[in-house]
Parts: sequence; structure tokens; C-alpha cells
Amino acid sequence: MSTSTSIKTQNGLSRRTFLQSSSLTVAFSLVPVLPGMAQAPARPVLPGALNNNRMLDGWLRINPNGTVTMCTGKVEIGQGILTALSQIVADELDVGVQRLVVISGHTGVTPNEGMTAGSLSIQDSGTALRFACAEARSLLLEAAALQLQTQAYSLTVRDGNIFTADGIQRTSYWSLTNTPSLQREASAKVAPKPSSQHKLIGSSLPRRDIPGKVTGAEAYVQDMRLPDMLYGRVVRPPAPRAKLISVDLAAVRAMSGVQTVVRDGHFLGVAAVREEQAIAAARALAANARWQEPGDLPPSGPALFAHMKQQDTADSVVSNKIDAAAAARGVKQVQAEYTKPYQSHGSIGPSCAVAQWSDGKLVVWSHTQGVYPLRGDLAKGFRMPLENVTVIHKEGSGCYGHNGADDVAMDAALVARAAGGKPVKLQWSREDEFGWEPLGSPMSIKLNASLDAQGKVVDWSHELWSYAHSTRPYDPDGVNLLGAWHIENPLPAGPSRNIPQPSGGSDRNALPLYVFPQQKVTNHLLKYMPIRTSALRTLGAYANVFAIESFMDELAATAGIDPLTFRLNHMVDPRAREVMERTAAIAKWKPGVAKPPAQLTGVLKGRGMGFAKYKNLAIYTAVVADVEVDTRSGVVRVTHAWSANDAGLVINPDGLVNQIEGGIIQSASWTLMESMRHSTQRNLVRNWADYPIMRFSDVPAVHVELINRPDERPLGAGEGSQGPAVAAIANAFANATGRRLRNLPFSVEHVKQVLS
Amino acid sequence: MTVSLTVNGARHSSPAAPDTPLLYVLRNDLGINSAKYGCGVAQCGACTVLLDGQPVRSCNFPASGAEQRSITTLEGLGNTQKLHALQKAFIDEQAVQCGYCIPGMIMSAKALLDKTRNPSETQIKEALAANLCRCGTHNRIVRAVQRAAKEMA
Repeated sequence: MSTSTSIKTQNGLSRRTFLQSSSLTVAFSLVPVLPGMAQAPARPVLPGALNNNRMLDGWLRINPNGTVTMCTGKVEIGQGILTALSQIVADELDVGVQRLVVISGHTGVTPNEGMTAGSLSIQDSGTALRFACAEARSLLLEAAALQLQTQAYSLTVRDGNIFTADGIQRTSYWSLTNTPSLQREASAKVAPKPSSQHKLIGSSLPRRDIPGKVTGAEAYVQDMRLPDMLYGRVVRPPAPRAKLISVDLAAVRAMSGVQTVVRDGHFLGVAAVREEQAIAAARALAANARWQEPGDLPPSGPALFAHMKQQDTADSVVSNKIDAAAAARGVKQVQAEYTKPYQSHGSIGPSCAVAQWSDGKLVVWSHTQGVYPLRGDLAKGFRMPLENVTVIHKEGSGCYGHNGADDVAMDAALVARAAGGKPVKLQWSREDEFGWEPLGSPMSIKLNASLDAQGKVVDWSHELWSYAHSTRPYDPDGVNLLGAWHIENPLPAGPSRNIPQPSGGSDRNALPLYVFPQQKVTNHLLKYMPIRTSALRTLGAYANVFAIESFMDELAATAGIDPLTFRLNHMVDPRAREVMERTAAIAKWKPGVAKPPAQLTGVLKGRGMGFAKYKNLAIYTAVVADVEVDTRSGVVRVTHAWSANDAGLVINPDGLVNQIEGGIIQSASWTLMESMRHSTQRNLVRNWADYPIMRFSDVPAVHVELINRPDERPLGAGEGSQGPAVAAIANAFANATGRRLRNLPFSVEHVKQVLS
Repeated sequence: MTVSLTVNGARHSSPAAPDTPLLYVLRNDLGINSAKYGCGVAQCGACTVLLDGQPVRSCNFPASGAEQRSITTLEGLGNTQKLHALQKAFIDEQAVQCGYCIPGMIMSAKALLDKTRNPSETQIKEALAANLCRCGTHNRIVRAVQRAAKEMA
């Protein structure tokens, strides 16, 4: 199917006349908009990431060889984003996906879109590309119309070939005699296609990266090989803030194959001709290094949460709705407290980077989630001009947030600086990754609510304590790279900060979407971070949704109302209601109020529900989970999960289903199994034996449904299911046993304690 | 000192010391991308290759122990022009998110299908029990192995 286009500008002039008569400002297309400039009145707000990357040719280039180059600042982290974006471009431009050359995450080449995080890539980059392509297509058709002495609206396009109304191909995007320049600022005045004209958007186009990944292609930064490349390893201190007292570098320099041994303050690294030689050298270096350990880590286990409440905090009231009359109707008060421990990203492939210096300039290949922010911190870390650093994205193992990706880039660069211009590939060991990646923050959440005589919540309070959830690179007041803290002239880390609402950081999803007449949400952000924390997929949402949705079930039980009905009684948003009702339908939810089992023996079965609208502004997800609780062993198994989801316009249904399925399984693993352990001296997790994650035998069957809304805007979806899944599992346990698990993870010890 | 290996039917020699983990010889001397470093202590399965048809963890298996034996990596199964049934099934089921664990998964599955033509879901899960996946793609991986088993039958 092809489409024709008619373009009118607001003042009635044809676009061609408008473009010819306006004087176009031509600027270098990748100059980002500075914050002050964005507020200048002459510059209209443009959709998505177009607003900060306003030049069309920063996004798109029509190449003479019959291809189209698509540039995006977002990067592939296993979520299938480059496939989804290619569907958008192909549809809006009317070209086949096979014509697309994709460039992603390359400083100086692709748009600066900050981080690939927060389930924002379709909203940011996808929206920008939709508008950029729609506008480019109209410019191309205007040029074709001029060339063919006809009207643009009478032309149609199929795979970049341009046809007149008689169905005859006359020209193509790449053979126009008057190719329009895309080196111009976007206007966003050409509407993207309506959903009725989508062909690839909404279809499950297979991922473009999978054939290479299943046949052994060079797919990851770990697979890179450059001429004369050396292999690097780093030797980290035994604990945060440990100081290097002595180390014998000479003995290690004499080892076979060793090319360089770097000591810079408390930073130690090696490079060797062969990887196993680098590993041996790093082991030797670690064995002879003497450190002074401060022993200043916080207590672990339940004592951690009491400790957190005694620390210096920055407090903010995130929501404060007052309705004294309603609150006065309260007849039953309920309170509960929920906790979540430190957790690891647990990437299967430890972080890796390749770095090379020449003439004082640095090039780094990295699986960072943000090439521009990393470039910024590398420039600060090496005290060099920004323009002398290039960061090129190359995929790594799934990261699920801020793992060691950025840190290892500086490590590789520190070692490569001493390698005489040779490139160095440096991969962290498994122990480095568990020991030094930023962790997901522990959280403690205290909830209070008051129910009226009809079983409606009239007063709600949510108070949370947490360390920071985003300490990513390019903080304005510090350098967030490990290497920069360890070198002789260290640079301080940025301060603890919270991502402000409406997205929120530790308070992400702390505002209930349910309608309560009176509510107060308070966030206590701990200012000092003894164990480094940063973004782990969903940030605070996983724990906040666990708490809110567990508490909703506790309140429903107190009120004697079916949990689904109780939720619907407090929910106005029709899309939220629909995902809950749809999930209940596919799971064959039987409304009712559970009676606790007569005896806590044998294997008990239960079912629970959880819901969230991620960040209160992205995908709507509900999950129903079935669990089996072995009362003797204390083992909880999730057997089945069902989930209905509304992400507005769905770009690639199977890609979205894959994310939701994976999120449920990952969340089940966090929920049942995962907790980092430390003493006051050291982190105690070194490998997978110390930090078990879910295996095939424990994985639930998962059934996911999508409610497609082609005329709504697409909503971020990659982190939608973690919160609802933990809540569904917690509520299923309570449904099975009549007992409530309020402290994550639901380990055998914890379960036995609660059942005893 | 050299190590001589037969990988995917071809003979190679490497200057590696005999106790070098097979993983580094495959990746760095022979240009094999598929076997991945994950943990170095045989806990995750990302480095799995077949030695005379049996899955081994190449990250802590000495290269010299693989001499005189037949080593198969993912590259030896097929390529994008001529896919092995398992590779095709992983594409058809879109059984990948980041994909870092997938070569190890496919090699463990290959060893299973070579001895068990029509495995049950439980047998597949048991065969993959020591391969870790963090993206949560497990159910798709199981479906891909089932699909490959059907196509190979």
C-alpha cells in the first residue's frame, strides 16, 4: 500500500513556497541545544528528542547508493530498540527496512539523547524519528513534484520509488535531480502517518541482530579485535575506600607477556599480549598488594534498615493531598513496613571496553547506556577537552541499568594510556563486577492507611528511606567513574541526588495511581552512600509497587473485599481498570476473600495480583501469579504468571511481549532469591554461588497479552512488569498461607520464619 | 610450547601455554566469538563448547586437555546462509534478548538433541540447568529447543 501526501502550512502557503522564501539557518547538525537556548522564545518545542537535536540530517541521510542512514542516540541493550526504530523509519519514509543503515550511539555522529534508560527510547528517539521522517518524506516529495511538474499530493512512494498518479515510477529518493538538503532544522509540522497507514509499525518484525548473535558474529565489545591489541585487567581494592599501602610492580612487570603495569594512586591495572597473561599478572598484583581497609560498611540484614533511618537524609514531601473531612470517616487504621535489600544487576557478561590513545586523543568502544555522558566524564576524569574524546557504542551483555559499563571504559583508558598507542581491551572479572558495579539501593517503606466503614481508603501515607538510584556519569558536580576516585589526583563523585517527579528515582511509583481523598508521600534520600548504588531496572518502582500493592491486598483483606474489586473501587483511570480486568480474565480470576488454611502443612497453593502504571506515565501492566509454598522446606515456587499490558501504540508486539515476559522472570528471581551480602569490612559476593539467580527449573510459565491502542502515543514498556510481578508473588504467598512476607527476598529462611 | 586443536573440523595450533583455559585460545588465537567469558569458574555456561559431543565449560578447561579431541563451537553448527536447525529455531522463536548467554545455550541444547531426539520440557530444562540467563528469555529458549527437535526429527 502506498500513500499520497498533501501538505499545507498554517498560513496557506504551500510548503515549497514557504521553504523557498524562508532563509534557512544552517548549523552543524549535531550541536546540541544548551539549556538556556531551549527556553529561547523563537524556538518552538519539538516532539521527543527532536527538541534537543533539531537538525533533520542529524537523524536521517538519504544516500546516493539507495540506502537510508538512520541515526539514533539510543543504543541496543538487548531490548530490540534498533529493530523497533527501524520499523518506524521504514514506515514513515516508505522504504524497506533492508535499505536502512543504522548508526547508534557514537559521539559526534549520532544525536545526543543522553541515556538509554527509563523505558524512554520509543518515546524520545522513536517520536523524533517519526517526525523527522515525515518531514523528510514531504521534502522529498515536494522536490519530486517540482522535478516532475506535478503536485506532491498526487505522488505515491513504494520502497523509496516515487510514482505518479498513473502508477508509473518516475523517480526515487536517490535519483532526484534536485535532492533537498536535510541539513535544516526540523519544524515538526508534517504529521506522521495515522495508524491506518502503518505497515511495519505494529508488526512483529524479527530482530535485526539475532541472526548474527546465533551464528557467532562479532556482536559485542567483548568480541572486538584490533591490530596490536593488548588485553587488560584491573585490580581493585578489597573494599570501598581502602587505601593501597604497598605493591610490587617490578615482579609483575617481569612476568611473561606483560606489557604494562599501571599504578595511579589506588588504581592498579595491567596489559599483556595474551589475555591469560593479563589474568595471571592481575592475580599476581592482587596477591602482593597491601591495602588498608576502613571497615566502614553499614550493618547488613534487618539491622540495615534501622541504620538507614538514623542517617542524614534530604527529605521531600512528594505528594500531600488534604481532605480532613474524608480522613475523619476512617474507622480502621492499618500499617505495615516493607523492605528490599541491596541487589545486583547480575549481567552475565562482565563489563568490558576497548580504549586507544593517539596524539593525546582517546577513542573508547563501550557498552555504556550513554555515549555522550560517558564522554563527558572521561574528559573530566582525564582532565582533557571534550572534543578529544570519542565514545562509540558497541553492545555488551544485558545491563538492566547502571552496571560496570562506564567504569570499565575509564579503566581501559587508564591502562591504554600506558600502552604506547596500542589498543587495550579490558574486561572485568566476575568478582570485579559483583564487587564494584553500583548496586540497586536497599529501601524501607512504611505505609499507613485508614479505611472507612464501606471499605474505602480515606487516608494514605507512604514514607520511604533509600540511597540514591541514579549516580550515572556526567553529574554536574562530580565524576561518576570508579577510576576517577581511585587515581592519585582523585575527582569526587557527584552528590546523592534524586530524579525528580514525575518520573521519580527512589520515589518512582511511590504515588499511588489509586484515588485516595487524603494522601501524603514522603521521600527520605540518604545523603551519604557507603556502598555505591545507582540505577537498577525500575529504580525505586520495584520496591514501591511491592509495598503499595501488597498493602492494597492487606487493606482488601481487612475490609473483607476481593482484591481485584478493592483495587477497582479506588481506580478511575479506564486503561488501568482494563489491564486489571483483562489480566483477571485470562488468569480466570475467581473473586473472593481468601480464608487462611486450617494448617500450615504440605504444599499450599495461592494466587495474587499486582498492578502499576510504570512511573505513573508509561505502560499499564497487571500481573496475576500462582505460587506453591512448600511449608516444610520453605521454598516458594512461582508456577504461572499472566499479564495484560497497555503500552498505547505498539511498535513491535513480539519485542514488547519479550520484555514483559523477561521482566516477570527477572522480577521473580529478584523476589525469591536475590540479596547482596556484606560485612562491615567487605562485600561478600564474589560469584554466582554467592548470588544465585533463577534457573530453568524455577521459571514460571508466562502468558502475556497486549491491548494495542494504535491511536494513542506509544508508552515506554521495557520496565513495566517488575513491580506488578513482585506484588503478585507476595500476594499469592499471602493467599496461600494467610501470612504476609514484607521483607525481600522471600528466602527459605524468611519463609520458614514467617510460617512458624 | 604450542597447543594443537581440532575446532569445527579444522586443525589449528596456538602458542598458548598448555594450561591456558581453552576459552582464550578459541577466542583470541582462533577468532571464535561465540564462546563467552562469563564467570571463569564454570558456574554460568556462557563459555560452553562441545568436546567430542559433550558440553564442557571452556573457561576453566585446559587447552591441552582438548588436544586429540574434536571441539565444536557455535560457528561449527552453521552460518547465516546455512543455519543449523537450532540456530533457525532461536531466530524463529526470537529466543534472544541480549544474547550473551545464547551460544552456550545452543551448545548445551545441541548436546542434548544429539542423544535425545525428542526431549520433554523437563529434559530440556535439566540439560540447560547450568546455563544462566539474566534477561528472562528462558521460556523462549525452551520453545526454540522444542522447535529444533521437531525439525530435526
